Amino acid sequence: MERRVVFSGWVFPALLLMPQLAVTFVFFFWPAGQAILQSVERGDAFGLSTRFVGLENFTAVLADPAYLASVEVTFVFSFAVAFLALAPGLLFAVMADKVVRGAAFYKTVLLLPYAVAPAIAGVLWLFLFNPSVGIIAVALRRAGIDWNVVLNGRQALLLVILAAAWKQISYSFLFFLAGLQAIPKALLEASAIDGASTRRRFWTIVFPLLAPTSFFLLVVNIVYAFFDTFGIIHNVTQGGPAKATEILVYKVWYDGVVGLDLGSSAAQSVILMAIVIALTAIQFRFIERRVHYA
Amino acid sequence: MATLTLDAIRKSYGEREVVHGITCAVADGELVVVVGPSGCGKSTLLRMVAGLEPVTSGTVSIDGRVVNAVEPKDRDIAMVFQNYALYPHMSVFDNMAYGLKMRKMGRAEIRERVARAARILQLEDLLARKPRQLSGGQRQRVAMGRAIVRDPKIFLFDEPLSNLDAQLRVQMRVEIKQLQQELGTTSLYVTHDQVEAMTLADRLIVMNAGTADQIGPPLALYERPATAFVAGFIGSPAMNLLHGRIAERGVVVDGAILRCNGPGEPGRPVLVGLRPEHMELAAEGPLSLRIELLERLGADTILHGRQGADGLVISARVSGTIQPAIGEVLGFAIRPERIHLFDPESKRRLGDYASAA
Amino acid sequence: MSARRAIWIPHAILLAGLALVLFPIYVALVASSLTLRDILDTPMTLIPGPDIFANYRAALATGTTSTSGQPVAAMLLNSLVMALAIAIGKIAISLPSAYAVAFFRFPLRRVCFWAIFVTLMLPVEVRIIPTYKIVADLGLIDRYAGLTLPLIASATATLLFRQFFLTIPDELVEAAKIDGASPWRFFIDTVIPLSRTNIAALFVILFIYGWNQYLWPLLVTNSPAMTTIVIGIRQMIGNGDAQTAWHLVMATALLAMLPPVAVVLAMQRWFVAGLVETEK
Repeated sequence: MERRVVFSGWVFPALLLMPQLAVTFVFFFWPAGQAILQSVERGDAFGLSTRFVGLENFTAVLADPAYLASVEVTFVFSFAVAFLALAPGLLFAVMADKVVRGAAFYKTVLLLPYAVAPAIAGVLWLFLFNPSVGIIAVALRRAGIDWNVVLNGRQALLLVILAAAWKQISYSFLFFLAGLQAIPKALLEASAIDGASTRRRFWTIVFPLLAPTSFFLLVVNIVYAFFDTFGIIHNVTQGGPAKATEILVYKVWYDGVVGLDLGSSAAQSVILMAIVIALTAIQFRFIERRVHYA
Repeated sequence: MATLTLDAIRKSYGEREVVHGITCAVADGELVVVVGPSGCGKSTLLRMVAGLEPVTSGTVSIDGRVVNAVEPKDRDIAMVFQNYALYPHMSVFDNMAYGLKMRKMGRAEIRERVARAARILQLEDLLARKPRQLSGGQRQRVAMGRAIVRDPKIFLFDEPLSNLDAQLRVQMRVEIKQLQQELGTTSLYVTHDQVEAMTLADRLIVMNAGTADQIGPPLALYERPATAFVAGFIGSPAMNLLHGRIAERGVVVDGAILRCNGPGEPGRPVLVGLRPEHMELAAEGPLSLRIELLERLGADTILHGRQGADGLVISARVSGTIQPAIGEVLGFAIRPERIHLFDPESKRRLGDYASAA
Repeated sequence: MSARRAIWIPHAILLAGLALVLFPIYVALVASSLTLRDILDTPMTLIPGPDIFANYRAALATGTTSTSGQPVAAMLLNSLVMALAIAIGKIAISLPSAYAVAFFRFPLRRVCFWAIFVTLMLPVEVRIIPTYKIVADLGLIDRYAGLTLPLIASATATLLFRQFFLTIPDELVEAAKIDGASPWRFFIDTVIPLSRTNIAALFVILFIYGWNQYLWPLLVTNSPAMTTIVIGIRQMIGNGDAQTAWHLVMATALLAMLPPVAVVLAMQRWFVAGLVETEK
């Protein structure tokens, strides 16, 4: 994708690019390189020297049951968050597309969670489910369920999933709505004339045409769950109880900053990098196809 | 006021040559129209004169000075674009003033020039508006205003009326002609519309796939087209171009003998050009056409008929008062001096034979 | 099928959606208007109480004991500076870069473009420790520059602007060339004004992105004076010794939500359009 009409010369564009290239080099390429370097080194007990250890850090990490447990937690967490954000998002988008009156009002309110920081969302839901004062916690206990996120790992995971998904409903809602409104009305009208019922129209026309949007949102939500939820975990459960909510990015931070095991943390960072690159690459490949599709 | 000289201008994109050697000297104050179908290279030619496209070989000279290597802004030219190219976020005034601002002109002088152009183009009430608040015709006038305030040596027009509806087009081309004559600025105008070309031009350049088939005043191109392409392009409805042969004292088309001074030996194949408006009703005329299609335009009627059972379809224009019917057979004749002959291969005009037989 | 009868279904579902969205916020609002004793008296009532102003004033002015009396107002200021710096900084370096990549053709252009593009792939969370080391080496710990510069590096804004610049009509560029505008003048006089909507949308997106930053500020600030609000609130929820001052925590949570929500509401029109465009 290029312009046909351009300006000549190279000095001026070089100057224009300088600031971003400088920041990108210092704060992106250099640290990324360092991370890769650190992942193949190991420091001694006093942190005074490092030696090259090849892929030892990686094999150690991949063999570590704690790491594998974290992988499992992360995958459960991200898919749950993605699903819980996408399904209501789609539902509300479909409904919002149908109403005329008050559409703007619904849109505005449904947009609000986007503006809430993940960490704050975590605090709000923590308050709702807090074993001692949380309203919902009290209601659950009254209903006979033994609710205690401080002790019960599953419940803690559920709590952070809810907080994370709640925040993402807005984003999914917005994109689904945009996707719905991009479907040509003529298609639906032709189908109605052909005799298709509302439900059939939805599943045979709307749903397939929303597929690119859905895929895009799926990837975005997974990336969000992988990384942007650090604040929620740190605020609400600190990875506990007993590492039940320790997602991969949290482990990177914990092992590196708290545990001071730089080599292992760096190796984990590199693995995460590979996952993100794969996800982003898939997303771009697919989006490109979507552009031609439309 | 200046002259514009194009000398053997060629343009290639890599291996592919798209403009093949155009030479033309535009006199001071002249309006030369470059006309041709889409893709013939006319816009490319204009852009080379503007400096927006580099010239592969040949020279462009403005007032005697070769400007091949000169930036567009230093060539003292102004251009009116097909889509107007107005700055959407600036008012009409700012749009017209921008070029002058870039040239560091004083604010008082800018205001004066813009006011004058606005007066000429009747834009005075619209100076504060933005382009999106204007109609197509108004935007076009602003685009012209932007060119006028610069008081350049050369005006360049790139199909400026293409995006207007038919009626507006007719009105605007009259305005453009009057404006250009009043200002006396040398102009190069590109269009694909041959009617526009004929009404505006002092001289025409008809371009056919990168070559200038003919350069000359409109009437000369109409009366003595140099190639079959020019013959078919100029004049509406288009000239009939029919395959025939040279005969003893004329040409034979579909069995009908048309008298003229045919050059060359009898039997030689030729392309015969007959303008529909030159076909005259003649009861025993050499051509007899069975009418297949009628276009009733009010003042005129264009009929399309076939010579014989499976002959060629020929168009003729008759007065609107005659009311032919489909299926009717009408006889036509044509004066010898109104027959055009072209070589079927080279498509070039065959000699000078217009003298009456 | 009676259209009129069925129209209440979408409205009902949407209202349920509103309830879902607003419920946590509403509960927080109520909690911030009660005294601590009212909250501890479970279950907490859902009716707002009279102590709103007192609580907010207390939070803003003195914070809580668990945060050693760090005023929430100071933390809000830190967040504000960080969010604004990131939003403005990113836009400021992205506009020229996108312009260079879109409107010029020079050797190494592809390389530059990919170098910038690659930053999209790796959020800061993946390179935290080495980035921390660099920031420390540059002496930027506990400084606003250290908080914001590393987060300016990613390319979302550049890509969005480039996408938009590619749609500017060729004729406009040519008209500007003939008018005598230099590339710089064209950038300032035409390209930037035409990008207003995109800039507004990006400002909202980046402001929220900056405001929500958690992991990075956690690493890079040690002094309590530099704490941002989203981190500060963590410290207010003690566990163990002191009883969490929930009424103040909720007040703080709501205060922490106000600026981003205000920005979104104020610029909603451009923002929604721009957000959908960003990701394409």
